[in-house]
Amino acid sequence: MRRISRWAIMWIAAVLCVRAAPPSVFAIRGARVVTVSGPVIEKGTVVIRDGLIADVGASVPIPADAWVIEAEGLTVYPGLIDALSSLGMPEAAAQTAGTVRATSRSQQPAPAPAPTPPQTPEAKPAQGPEDRPSNTSWLRAADLITPGDSRLETARSAGFTAAVTFPQRGIFAGQGAVIALGGERAGEMVIAAPAGLYLTLTTAGFTSFPGSLMGVLAYIRQVYLDAEHYRLAKELYARHPASVPRPAYDRALEGVLEAPRVLLPASRAVEIDRMLRFAAELKLNAVLYGGHEAHRVAALLKKSGVPVLVSLRWPERSRDADPEQVESLRVLEFREMAPSTPAALAKEGVRFAFYADGLWSQRELVRAVRRALEAGLSQADAVRAFTLSAAEIYGVADRLGSIEKGKIANLIVTDGELFQEKTRVKYVFVDGRKYEPLPEAPPEEGGRAEPSEEVVQ
Amino acid sequence: MRRYALCLLASWALAAPPIVIRNANVLTVTKGRYQGSILVRDGKIVEAGPKVTIPPDAQVIEAGGQYVMPGIVDPHSHIATESVNEGSVSVSSMVSVEDVLDPEDIAIYRALAGGVTTIAVMHGSANAVGGQCTVIKLRWGRDARGLLFEGAPPILKFAMGENPKRRGSLPSLLPGVTVQPRYPATRMGVEDVMRQAFLEARAYREEWRRYEEKRQRGEPAIPPRRDLRLEPLVEVLEGRRLAHVHCYRADEILAVLRLSQEFNFRIPALIHVLEGYKVAREIAAAGAGASTFTDWWAYKVEAYDAIPYNAALMVRKGVLVSLNSDSAELMRHMNQEAAKTIKYGGLSEDEALALITINPARQLGVDKRVGSIEPGKDADLVFFDRHPLSNYAKVLRVMIEGQIYFDRDRDMSRRAELEARKKALLERAREREKKQAPARRRPA
Repeated sequence: MRRISRWAIMWIAAVLCVRAAPPSVFAIRGARVVTVSGPVIEKGTVVIRDGLIADVGASVPIPADAWVIEAEGLTVYPGLIDALSSLGMPEAAAQTAGTVRATSRSQQPAPAPAPTPPQTPEAKPAQGPEDRPSNTSWLRAADLITPGDSRLETARSAGFTAAVTFPQRGIFAGQGAVIALGGERAGEMVIAAPAGLYLTLTTAGFTSFPGSLMGVLAYIRQVYLDAEHYRLAKELYARHPASVPRPAYDRALEGVLEAPRVLLPASRAVEIDRMLRFAAELKLNAVLYGGHEAHRVAALLKKSGVPVLVSLRWPERSRDADPEQVESLRVLEFREMAPSTPAALAKEGVRFAFYADGLWSQRELVRAVRRALEAGLSQADAVRAFTLSAAEIYGVADRLGSIEKGKIANLIVTDGELFQEKTRVKYVFVDGRKYEPLPEAPPEEGGRAEPSEEVVQ
Repeated sequence: MRRYALCLLASWALAAPPIVIRNANVLTVTKGRYQGSILVRDGKIVEAGPKVTIPPDAQVIEAGGQYVMPGIVDPHSHIATESVNEGSVSVSSMVSVEDVLDPEDIAIYRALAGGVTTIAVMHGSANAVGGQCTVIKLRWGRDARGLLFEGAPPILKFAMGENPKRRGSLPSLLPGVTVQPRYPATRMGVEDVMRQAFLEARAYREEWRRYEEKRQRGEPAIPPRRDLRLEPLVEVLEGRRLAHVHCYRADEILAVLRLSQEFNFRIPALIHVLEGYKVAREIAAAGAGASTFTDWWAYKVEAYDAIPYNAALMVRKGVLVSLNSDSAELMRHMNQEAAKTIKYGGLSEDEALALITINPARQLGVDKRVGSIEPGKDADLVFFDRHPLSNYAKVLRVMIEGQIYFDRDRDMSRRAELEARKKALLERAREREKKQAPARRRPA
């Protein structure tokens, strides 16, 4: 009898393993748990149930239905967040190396893909702000997600479990979304939207407005004035439909008005200073991105309260630069000092997060982060800049960014300290689903990733 | 880093003791020349004369016979900015150079080394109505806001002639690529664009006036849409913004003077104005100013009928004349440009120096603060080793508001240190590149 029942149970278990849905309850036991929001638990357990973190602690009961992962000697971190990304965006996925360019000048040497403004059916060059050139503020990343983007898996294998992804083209490129880097359908991947309006300072050349940096700034200023006017006009019309002219619907302004925050490019100290003043003038809830020279203006940033997204694509000489070119001290300083930015921001107490800027592979990512660590950034601050800080900047710290009961089960399990060259990511959990990272690709022939283009003169 | 060091220095300078410059050959420009001293307190000239009070706590600068003149004012330059032209449209008055000032442009330091202390950073001449321009002081090391000349009236750039009309008939440079032509294509079209812009500005002002009336009557009204393109033009019409007009030919100069009379605004500076000598009387009668080159011409057809006597001839007809650089290089020897007007046209030393100091200051509306050495003005002073109108004169020191921003000796002594730093950085960059380059597969 007893023998039979054991046999029956084994049989049932085997059937379940083959046929049932993947488990929804996990217990990662005996691991070092870097919670980020609280102290590190040297030996603890994390319980995942139905996509959320059900429990975490040094001694928490293991549920009977849990799939147990023995994690002695392993470390659990919150999943990394790519704080400014094109992951999952169809247009960016189509390019080979979709990188997010940081500044006006850095756009010049490697121009963004030819802007094919989808908003103007007629190909007439824009004659002014009222033509709303390069403005697709109504585009929503949440509507555009392509789950088949192969870069999602590359990034996930390096430890990314979420990204804040944006449409990429134009000056008012569109509304971002916080997405999970896992899931079957696009809709399941969205954690929060809209996450913010992504602005670039792309110029349209000499024949179409705006053709210069000052033209772009004047254009942005006019659009915000127009948006405010539009809001007033709609309000007034709603109150007096019989006596006030009906304002024409403007999708470009609708997008501007609905954005909870605005991402502005600023890499050099001069640009950061400029953008902080610009954001203050327009009363924008701003987030700066780029940030390579923020180490020089950390105090200014602290005073402004504006957070910074720091690109991990540190500036280097372009691979096809003229080897004979004599470079100025300023350019050399800019490159040398850029990786000291995160440490300087941490010291000053400026809120900042990292974005991979296309460096989604484990090797490139670790190499880039190591430069910041070598320039004085603490390991804990580096982890925070990839997790909780990013979640805080986008207002999703109630569900992402740390290992706490009730948060989304976005976790990574590593065999060592994160951002060490030898450390490998063993498991990745996204929304409580377990993924095994891709095997590491051999070093590509031809070498290092293209560094970001020169920004200073 | 440097910025903070300088800010620190600046705050120290405010509380700093008064400065006495002694034994100088002082070229006041407006009050002749004397041998003596200048007393500077809180960034201002307090006394200037053969003998000044020497406060007990004064810091004394022994000039030892060096020549001291007011800081040079360049009313038309394109340095310290990240963009020059918004050339896509014929009326680009919505753009502002102030938005894109680049306080780290090395041309600022080099201009300082040529004795320049105040400049107008101008929009280019690609369109009939250009962008908004800004007057700055060359406070090297300060941030963009720290450069601004507080209280200087804003400027709007206009341009006549070849540059604004060129895009109207632009040939396609590449086969198959059509370039959208832009109105205007002729000189008369340029004037028309300006007139249309002013008419639009008038209508815009009227629209706001009607709204204010409606609002005061208590009727529901939407305020007009603020138009950043027309606002600067309204300011020109109301005399709150200066109109500087790029022009070359006598007929165009007359055309724009007529336009200014039609819309009742003044033109403090006709810029370049190489044929100004032909219509100097008319320029003077219109109360306009002129800012020209001494011997830079023939770079395009409309710049051929030029003579080196232009500045002097206009001065003699009663025009307020200045010299401008329009170039980061020319800017570094404006004193020599001024000297040329003595050779060509026989201006006096003071008249020649006025072309690069008090006259441009008047054209920019900042002559109460800069342009001459007089009590009450800013202590913007340049020390030359010999008379600045000599070809051999070198700038030794430049002071803005009592603070030294360029010091030749200090510059020379820092060069070795900067070279060493550069070498070290290059070495580190090379190591990094080596380390990051992947181990290439060796052929078996």
